[in-house]
Amino acid sequence: MEKRVLFRSSWLPWLLLAPQVIVISVFFFWPAAQALLQSFQLQDAFGSSTEWVGLANFENLFNDPGYLASFKTTAVFSVLVAVLGISLSLTLAIFADRIIKGALFYKTLLVVPYAVAPAVAGVLWVFMFSPALGVVAYALEQVGINWNHLLDSGHAMTLIVMAAVWKQISYNFLFFLAGLQSIPKSLIEAAAIDGAHPWRRFWTIQFPLLSPTTFFLLVINMVYAFFDTFAIVDATTHGGPGQDTSILVYKVYYDGFKAMDLGGSAAQSVVLMLIVIALTVVQFRYVEKKVQY
Amino acid sequence: MKSRLSTLTFAACALLAPLASQAQTDIQWWHSMVAVNNEWVNDLAKDFNASQKEYRIVPTYKGSYDESMTAAIAAFRAGNAPHILQVFEVGTATMMASKGAIVPVAKVMKDAGQKFDPTAYISAVAGYYTAPNGQMLSFPFNSSTTIFYYNKDAFKAAGLDPDKAPSTWPEVALAAAKLKASGHKCPFTTAWQGWTQLESFSAWHNVEFASKSNGLAGMDARMKINSPLHQRHIENLASMSKQGLFVYKGRGNVPEASFISGECAMINTSSGFYGNVAKNTKFGYGLAPLPYYPDVPGAPQNTVIGGASLWVMSGKKPAEYKGVAAFFSYISSPEVQSASHKRTGYLPVTTAAYQLTEKSGFYKEKPGTDVAVTQMIRKVTDKSRGIRLGNYVQVRAIEDEELEQVWSGKKSAKEALDAIVKRGNEQLERFQKANKS
Repeated sequence: MEKRVLFRSSWLPWLLLAPQVIVISVFFFWPAAQALLQSFQLQDAFGSSTEWVGLANFENLFNDPGYLASFKTTAVFSVLVAVLGISLSLTLAIFADRIIKGALFYKTLLVVPYAVAPAVAGVLWVFMFSPALGVVAYALEQVGINWNHLLDSGHAMTLIVMAAVWKQISYNFLFFLAGLQSIPKSLIEAAAIDGAHPWRRFWTIQFPLLSPTTFFLLVINMVYAFFDTFAIVDATTHGGPGQDTSILVYKVYYDGFKAMDLGGSAAQSVVLMLIVIALTVVQFRYVEKKVQY
Repeated sequence: MKSRLSTLTFAACALLAPLASQAQTDIQWWHSMVAVNNEWVNDLAKDFNASQKEYRIVPTYKGSYDESMTAAIAAFRAGNAPHILQVFEVGTATMMASKGAIVPVAKVMKDAGQKFDPTAYISAVAGYYTAPNGQMLSFPFNSSTTIFYYNKDAFKAAGLDPDKAPSTWPEVALAAAKLKASGHKCPFTTAWQGWTQLESFSAWHNVEFASKSNGLAGMDARMKINSPLHQRHIENLASMSKQGLFVYKGRGNVPEASFISGECAMINTSSGFYGNVAKNTKFGYGLAPLPYYPDVPGAPQNTVIGGASLWVMSGKKPAEYKGVAAFFSYISSPEVQSASHKRTGYLPVTTAAYQLTEKSGFYKEKPGTDVAVTQMIRKVTDKSRGIRLGNYVQVRAIEDEELEQVWSGKKSAKEALDAIVKRGNEQLERFQKANKS
C-alpha cells in the first residue's frame, strides 16, 4: 500500500508547481511555440513583411538533397559522439576509481575540459590539426599521413567528432565515477573472493549496476550531439568540405543567425525537435527496459 | 535594500549626467572594425566630435559584420536600433529590401540641407549602393576590391622576374610551375574563392554573374555563372590543383595566413589585406592587378567592390538625422577620405580623394597601393557595375561548398557550377518571395 499525501486545497498544488511551470513555459514552451509559428511563415530579415506560407518551408527543406544528406551526416556524427564519449569516459572512470595515489589530481584534470566553451574547444582542435600550423598535423605528416580536413571529408568528420567527444568526456566521467563509487564494495569483494577476475567483475557486477547511469548519459549525449555542437562545427569546418560536416543543428544556426532566413531556420528546428522527441521516446520505451534500477 | 539604494543613486546620476553636458545629441554608430581599423573608426568619431559642439558620435564595436547586422536587426525589432549601422556588401540587398527599416542617405542629406553629390563618388562604388530609381541608399565607407599579391623573394628563388607579376592566367600557371620546381609547396592560393574566382572574375572579364545587371536592376535576377568561360576558369584551377600548383587553403580570409607565413607564394584576395602584408611579412612583396584570360574580348574590365557601407536606420528624431548628415559630410571631405585611404588601404571612394592622394606622392612612395584604385575607376558596364543579390550570405556559402567539391575531385567544374546556379537560384527565388511588397 503506497503512502500518499493528498492536497485538499485546489490551488495549493498549482502554487507549488508554479515556479517550475513558469520557468519551463518561458524558456521552453514559449520559444518552441514561436519556432512552430515561424516555420509556417516567410519573413524578411527586419520582420516588416510576414507572409503565411503553410508548409512551403518544409517542402523546400525536403526537396533539398543537401538537407537530406545532412540527416545521414548527423546520424553518423551523433552515434560516434555518443558511443565514443560514453565508452572513453567509462574507461577513464574505471581507472580513476581504482587508483589511490594522486586520485584528486587525476580527477580534476579530467573535469577541466567541461569548463571550456564549445567554440573554444573547436578552435583548440583546429589549431592542433591545421594543415599549415598544427602540431598534430605536422606529426601525422612525419608518419606519412597527409592531414587535410579542408578537402578530405573523413578527416573533417574525425576532427569534429574528436572535439565534441573531448568536450563531453568530463561530464560523462563525473557521472560514471559517482556511479562506480556508489556500488557497495562488499559486492565486489564477495565476487573477488569467489574468484572472479577484474574483467568478469566489471561485466557481471559493475556494468549492470551502472546501467541507469549509462542510460541517462546516452540520452544526454544524444541531445548534446544534436543540439550543443554547432559552435564546434562553426569554429572548425563551417560544415565543409562541401556540406560533409553540416549537421542539422549547424544548418539551423547558420540559416537563422548568419543568413537571417528565419522561416527556413524555424522549420529546421521544428524537424530537429521532432527527431529528438522521437529518439527520446524510443530510448525510454525500449532501451530503458534493459536498465536495472 | 542597500544595494537597491545604490542602484537608484546610480540611475539618478546616469540620468542627470547628460544634462550637465548641455543637450548634446548622441548618435549611435555600430560597426565591425577591429584592431588598427577600430582605432581608425574611433579617431574619426573623436575628430568629428572635437570639430563641433552640437552632436556626439558614439562608435560601438558590435562583433563581426554578420554579428553586428544580426544585432541591429534584433534591436530594430525591439525598437532601439542604432542611428548608423555599418553593413558589409553581402548584406546590401537585405538592407535595400527592408524599406521600412532604413532611411536613404540621399534623403537624410537633403532633409538636413547638407550638400551631397553622388557623382563625386567612383561610379563602381556609388552604383553599388544606389537603388534602381537612382537614389543613393547608403553611404560608401570602407570599400575594397580583389587584387593579386606575390612573394618577390620566392620569385627570385624560382628564377622569375620579381618585378614582373604574371598578368594573365596562363602566366600564373607558368610561374606556379617554376615555383613548384624550385621546391615551393604552395605556389598559388586564393582567399574568398567565391568573391575572387567567380564574382570579381565575371566583372573583370565583362561577363554576367547574374541576370538583371547582376541583381542591381531588380530582385528577379538569376545566376549565370555556368557559362563556358566560367567553366574554363574553374577547370583550369582544378587542373592546377591536381598538379599541386594551386593549393586550397580554406574559406573566407583564412588562406591569407599562408601568404604571410611565406608558405604560399601568390594569392588572390582583398585590397584590405595590404595593411597586414605591409606590417607582418618578412619578405619582399608585390601587388598587382587580378590575372585575366587575354583572348577574352573586353578583359580586363574592372573589379567589383567588397567592404562595407553605412546605413541610416529609421524611426529617429529629426535633430539626430541632422547630426548623422553632418557626420557624413565631415567624413566625405577629400582630406578625411584621403587620410583614411592611406591609413587603412581601403579605397578612396571619391575621385577627389584619389587625386589628392596621388598629388601627395603616396602611390610613388608605396608602389602597388594604387592597384585597387586603378582597377576600380574604369568606366563600368552593366555586367561589371557590381553584384548585389538577395540571400547573398547563403549564395556565398553555396559557392564555397560546391567549389570545394571541385578541388577535392568529387565534381567536375561543370557539375559544380550547374549546382551553384541551381541552388543559388532557389535562394534568389526565396528572397524575392520574402520581400515581395
